[in-house]
Amino acid sequence: MLRHLGQRLLTTIPTLVGVVVVTFLLTRILPGDPAAFFAGPTADPAAVEQIRVTLGLDKSLPEQFVAYVGDLLVGDLGVALSTGQPVVAEIAARLPASAELTLFGLILSVAVAVPLGILAAVRQGSWIDHLCRLLTTAGVSLPVFFTGLLFVYVFYFLLGVAPAPLGRIDLFASPPPHVTGFYLIDSLIAGDLETFRASFAQLILPGITLALFALAPIARMTRASMLSVLSSEFIRTARASGLAPGTVIVRYAFRNAMLPVITTLGMVFSFLLGANVLVEKVFAWPGIGSFAVEALIQSDYAPVQGFVLTMAILYVLLNLLIDLLYGLIDPRMRIEG
Amino acid sequence: MNRREFLASAAAVTTATALPLPWSVAFAQSRSETLLFVSENGPNNLDIHGVGTNRPGYEASWNCYDRLMSYGVKTLPDGSLSYDKDTLVPEMATEWTVAADAITFKLRQDAVFHDGTPVTAHDVKWSFDRAVTVGGFPTFQMKAGSLMEPGQFEVVDDFTFKVKILRPDSLLMPDLAVIVPAIFNSKLVKANATEADPWGLEYTKNTPAGSGAFKVEKWTPGTEVVYVRNEDWKCGPLPQLKKVIWRTIPSAGNRRALIERGDVDLSFDLPAKDVLEMAKAGKVKVASTPISNGMWSVELNVTQPPFDNKLVRQAIAYALPYGKIMDAVMYGRAKPLYGAASNVADSMEWPRPTAYTTDVEKAKALLAEAGYADGFETVISFDLGQALISEPTAVLVQESLAAIGIRSTINKVPGANWRGEIAKKTMPFMINFFSGWLDYPEYFFFWCYHGQNAVFNTMSYQNPDLDAIIDAARAAAAAGDTATYETKIKEMITLGYEEVPRIPLFQPSLEVAMQPTIDGYTYWFHRQLDYRGLKKA
Amino acid sequence: MKTLDTASDTTGAASSLPAAAPRQRPSGFKAGLSHLGHVAGENPVTGFAFALFALIVLTALFGPMLAPYDPLATDTAAALQPPSALHWFGTDQVGRDIFSRVLVATRLDLTIAVASVALVFVMGGLVGIAAGYYGGWTDRIVGRISDTIMAFPLFVLAMGIVAALGNTVTNIVIATAIVNFPLYQRIARAEANVRRNAGFVQAARLTGNSEARILLTQILPNIMPIMMVQMSLTMGYAILNAAGLSFIGLGVTPPTAEWGIMVAEGAAFIISGEWWIALFPGLALMIAVFCFNLVGDGLRDLIDPQRRT
Repeated sequence: MLRHLGQRLLTTIPTLVGVVVVTFLLTRILPGDPAAFFAGPTADPAAVEQIRVTLGLDKSLPEQFVAYVGDLLVGDLGVALSTGQPVVAEIAARLPASAELTLFGLILSVAVAVPLGILAAVRQGSWIDHLCRLLTTAGVSLPVFFTGLLFVYVFYFLLGVAPAPLGRIDLFASPPPHVTGFYLIDSLIAGDLETFRASFAQLILPGITLALFALAPIARMTRASMLSVLSSEFIRTARASGLAPGTVIVRYAFRNAMLPVITTLGMVFSFLLGANVLVEKVFAWPGIGSFAVEALIQSDYAPVQGFVLTMAILYVLLNLLIDLLYGLIDPRMRIEG
Repeated sequence: MNRREFLASAAAVTTATALPLPWSVAFAQSRSETLLFVSENGPNNLDIHGVGTNRPGYEASWNCYDRLMSYGVKTLPDGSLSYDKDTLVPEMATEWTVAADAITFKLRQDAVFHDGTPVTAHDVKWSFDRAVTVGGFPTFQMKAGSLMEPGQFEVVDDFTFKVKILRPDSLLMPDLAVIVPAIFNSKLVKANATEADPWGLEYTKNTPAGSGAFKVEKWTPGTEVVYVRNEDWKCGPLPQLKKVIWRTIPSAGNRRALIERGDVDLSFDLPAKDVLEMAKAGKVKVASTPISNGMWSVELNVTQPPFDNKLVRQAIAYALPYGKIMDAVMYGRAKPLYGAASNVADSMEWPRPTAYTTDVEKAKALLAEAGYADGFETVISFDLGQALISEPTAVLVQESLAAIGIRSTINKVPGANWRGEIAKKTMPFMINFFSGWLDYPEYFFFWCYHGQNAVFNTMSYQNPDLDAIIDAARAAAAAGDTATYETKIKEMITLGYEEVPRIPLFQPSLEVAMQPTIDGYTYWFHRQLDYRGLKKA
Repeated sequence: MKTLDTASDTTGAASSLPAAAPRQRPSGFKAGLSHLGHVAGENPVTGFAFALFALIVLTALFGPMLAPYDPLATDTAAALQPPSALHWFGTDQVGRDIFSRVLVATRLDLTIAVASVALVFVMGGLVGIAAGYYGGWTDRIVGRISDTIMAFPLFVLAMGIVAALGNTVTNIVIATAIVNFPLYQRIARAEANVRRNAGFVQAARLTGNSEARILLTQILPNIMPIMMVQMSLTMGYAILNAAGLSFIGLGVTPPTAEWGIMVAEGAAFIISGEWWIALFPGLALMIAVFCFNLVGDGLRDLIDPQRRT
C-alpha cells in the first residue's frame, strides 16, 4: 500500500513541474508592467526603473525562473503586491475560507443530487426522470455570477431574509478562535452557537450558488451508475430472491454505484474550487479565488503563481485520496494496483 | 453587559420565535460609536512611503499620522464641507514663521506617538529625510514643492524644526500639508529597520508608527481595516467615533444594497447613477463634491498622425457627443467642460469649459480642410479599472466619430497595464481622467501639457510657446506677482484649449452616500475619507 | 504503467463509464435519421431540445435581418427604458435596443461555441486517438500534458491565457479549447484504446492499410458519435466561459453584442432595479446552454440508450 502511494506520488512530479513552468511563463507574458503599476501615480521612468530593480524584474527570464524556483524550494512564494503580504500567509489565511465554501456547496449539492439521481434511475423514462434532467441542466445553464447577484438582489435586498453579503461573518461578530480555519467547525469547538449561526447564515447564499452548478454532474453520474448497476446480474438475483425493492436499491445497488460517483465528486470539487472565483467576487468572500483574479488583472505574478501551485497540489492530493478510497471500497483495484 | 452577552441574550429571545435573524437585530448597541463603511478597494500598505502603496493606503496614512500643518475646512455653497486650499492650519506645529530662506515651525510639546514616545523635531527631520530619500512616489511628491534633500531639514531644538528653501516655490507650503510629509516615530521604526531596509518600510507597511487620531487595531488585507480612536491624540479635537470598520466590497451593486438597506453607515466613492437615485429616494444622505483640479478628457497623441494636425483635433472636439455623455454616463452629475462662449479664458476659473460643442457639420468641414474628408481609422483606448465611466463614453464617442467618417475600434486596457501603456505614449486616442492634489491650474498644465513630457502628458504635446507661459506662471506665483500670474494662467488655458491635444469632457464629483445619522463628512483633495471630523448620532 | 492508467481513468471516467465493451455501431445516415425520429418521439424533452437547437441556428443565420433596430445604435434619450411595445426587452445604459442585441448576438455566441469545440476536437480528439492507438511514449507524453492542464484551476487558466494573449474572440476560443483539451483527449484515448485490436481494425491491418490510414478511416469514424455528444455538452460551457471572462473584464470588446458581456454589463444595474438589461441576455444564454446540454443527452440516447447519463 505504501509503495503504491509512493509510486503514485512520483508520477505526480512531472505534473507539478509542468504547472510551475507553465504558470511562470504565462504570468511573464501578461501584458502588464507591475513596476509601472506600483510606482505610483506621478512616477517618472527612473522611479519605475527603480521599482523594477526592487522587484527583480530587470533580470532575464531564465534568471528570474531560477530565482523563483530557488525561493519555491524554501517555501517562499513571494509577496503579493496588491495586499503587501507574503503569498504563503495570504493563501494560508484564505484557503480555509474557499475550502469551507466549496465543501459546503458540495455537500449541499450531494444532498440534493444523489437522491435525485437515484430517483431518476429507478423511475427511468418517467416524468421524474425528465424533471430531474431539466432541473439539473438548468443549474449549469446560468453564469454563476449572474445567479449570485440575482440571489443577493432577491433574498437580501428585496426580501431581507439573507444576511448582508459581507464575507464570512457578520461585521459585529468576531470570528471564532482559529483551529481549523473553518468557521463552522471552529465555532462548534469553541461552543459558540451564535457565531456558528452567523457564519452559517453567511454561507447559505454563496453555497447555494455554487451547489446549483454542481448538481448536474453529480446527479447524472449517480443516475448512470445506478442504471448500469440495476441492470446487472446480482441485482436481478437479489430482486428474484424477493428482497424488498427499497433494500435492493439502497443496500445493494447504491453501494455498488458509489465508485464512479466518488470519482465525479473529486472532479467536481476541484472544478468548484476554480469556479468559485466568481462567487467569491460577488459575495466579497475572502477566499483565494477572488485574490487570484485580482492579482491576475494587476499582473501581480507572485499570488497567481502561488494560487495555481496550491490548486495543483490540492488537485493531486485529491486524486490520490480518491485512489486510496477506490482501494478501500473496491478490493479488486487494490490487487491490481 | 458586554457585546457577547448582549448577543447571547438577543439570540435567546429570537430562538424562541421562528427563524432567528441575528444579523438584523443584535447589534444596535455598539453601533452608535462605531462607523462601518464600505468601498471598492482596501489598502495594500499602511504607509504612504511604501513601494506601490495604493490610494486606499493613503487613507490609512492620513488618519493614523499627523503632519506639521493641515488644510482648513470650509462650507461650500451647497452646505457641504470641503478642505480649503487657501488656509493652512496647525496640526503638529502650533505656529510657523516664513522667511526668505527658511520656514521655522514650533511643535506641540505634549504630543505622543501611539506607543507613548513624545514627538520631537528629530522625528520630523527623520520622517522628511525618509520621504525625500526612499524614492518612488513620496520623493516625487516632495519634489513638487521643491523639497529635495535631507540637508534642507534641520532640528533647531527638540520642538523647533526648520525647512530651508532651495528655490522660491509657491507650492512648498501647500506641499507640506499633503499626506506624504507625515511624522513617523523614528525610534520605533529605526528599531525595526534592517540592513536591507534602513528606513523600516517593511515594518510600517503593516504597523502605522504615527501619532494620529486613529490606530489600526486589525488589518486583514483585501477584506477589512479596523481602527480605534487614539485617546491621547493632541493635534485636534478628539474624534467622536471610537471605532471605524472599513470593509472592502468589490461589487458596486452590493455596496449600494448595503447602504440602502441600512447595514452600513457610509459608502465611499459611488457611481453617479446610484447617488442620483438614492438622493431621489431620500432614505440616505448623499454628498457630492466636484473633484478639484480634475477632469475627464479625450486625449489625442500628437505624435500619431493625423492627430499632429490641429484641424483634426478641433474636428474631433466638435464631433464629441458631450450632451449624450453627460446624460447617459454621468446622469447630469458632473460639471460640463464644453459649450462656453469662447476658448479665451476671461477668469481664473479652473477647470473651465471649452468653446466646443457637438457640431457635426463644423467637424466635417474641419476634417475636410485638414485633408481627411474621407476620415481615417483609429483605436480608442481606456482604462478597464474606470470602465463604469469610460466604457459607455467610448461607445458613444465611437458612434459620433463614425458620423464624421472616422472608423474606430475600442481597446480596453486592464487597470494594471494602463499606467505602463500611457508611459509608452503609443496609444493614439484615449479617454482618461486626471486630477492634481494641489489645486492650481499651472500644476495641472505642468503635468499634462508641459514639454517636459511627464507621464500624464499622454498626448506627448510639446509646444515651446506653451512651456514658456507655464514656466512664467510658476515663476510669477513663486514671486507673489499676482497680476502677471493671472495673465499667464489665462493665456495658458486659452492656448491649451485652442490647440486641443486634450479635449475636456467634464469635471466629475466625488460621490458619497451615508445614513442620515452621519454628520461632518468633509471632502479632501486626496479623495479619501477623513474619519476625524465624522460624527454619528 | 498500471498506475498511470488508473490516474487517467479516475478523471476520465465521468464520460466513459468503466466496463464499456467495444461495440460496433450501425452506420448509415438514413438509419440514423429514423432513429432520431424514434428517440425524439420517445423522449419529449429531447424532441424539444432538437427543435430549440434548430431555432437557435436559424436565429444565428437570420437574426441580423430580423432585428428591429441597429444593435449598435445608441439613443441616450431612450436610455434604461423598461420593456415596452417599442423595445420588447427594454434599452440599456446608452439606449440600445436589447432585443436587437440579443438577437444579433446569437451568431457570435454560436460561433464562439462551435469554433471552440471544433478546435478542441481537432486538438484533443486527434491527439487522444493517437495516444490510445499507439500507446507507449506517445500516450505517456500526451497523458502528462493533459494532467498538467487538469491540475490548473480551469477558469483561472482560461483567464490567464486571455489576459496574456489579449481579449479577442479568437483568444477566447483558443482559451476555451485549451481548457477542454484533457477531456477530449481522454475520451478519444479511451475509445481508441479499446478498439485498437478490434476485429475490424485487424481486418483493415491485414488488408495492408497503413497505421495512419487505419487511424483516420477506421478508428476516427467509430469514435465520432461519442465525441459529438461531448461537443454538444462543451458548447454550453464555452458560452458560459466567455460570459465569466466578460464579468471580470476580459471578454469581447465593446460595443460588440455578445450575451456574456451584456449580462456582465447588466449585472451592475440589477440592484438599481433595471433588471431587464441582464435578464434577457441571461435568459438567451441560459436557453442556449440548456439546449446544447439537452441535445448532448439526446445524441447520447441516439447512439446508445444504455449509456445515457
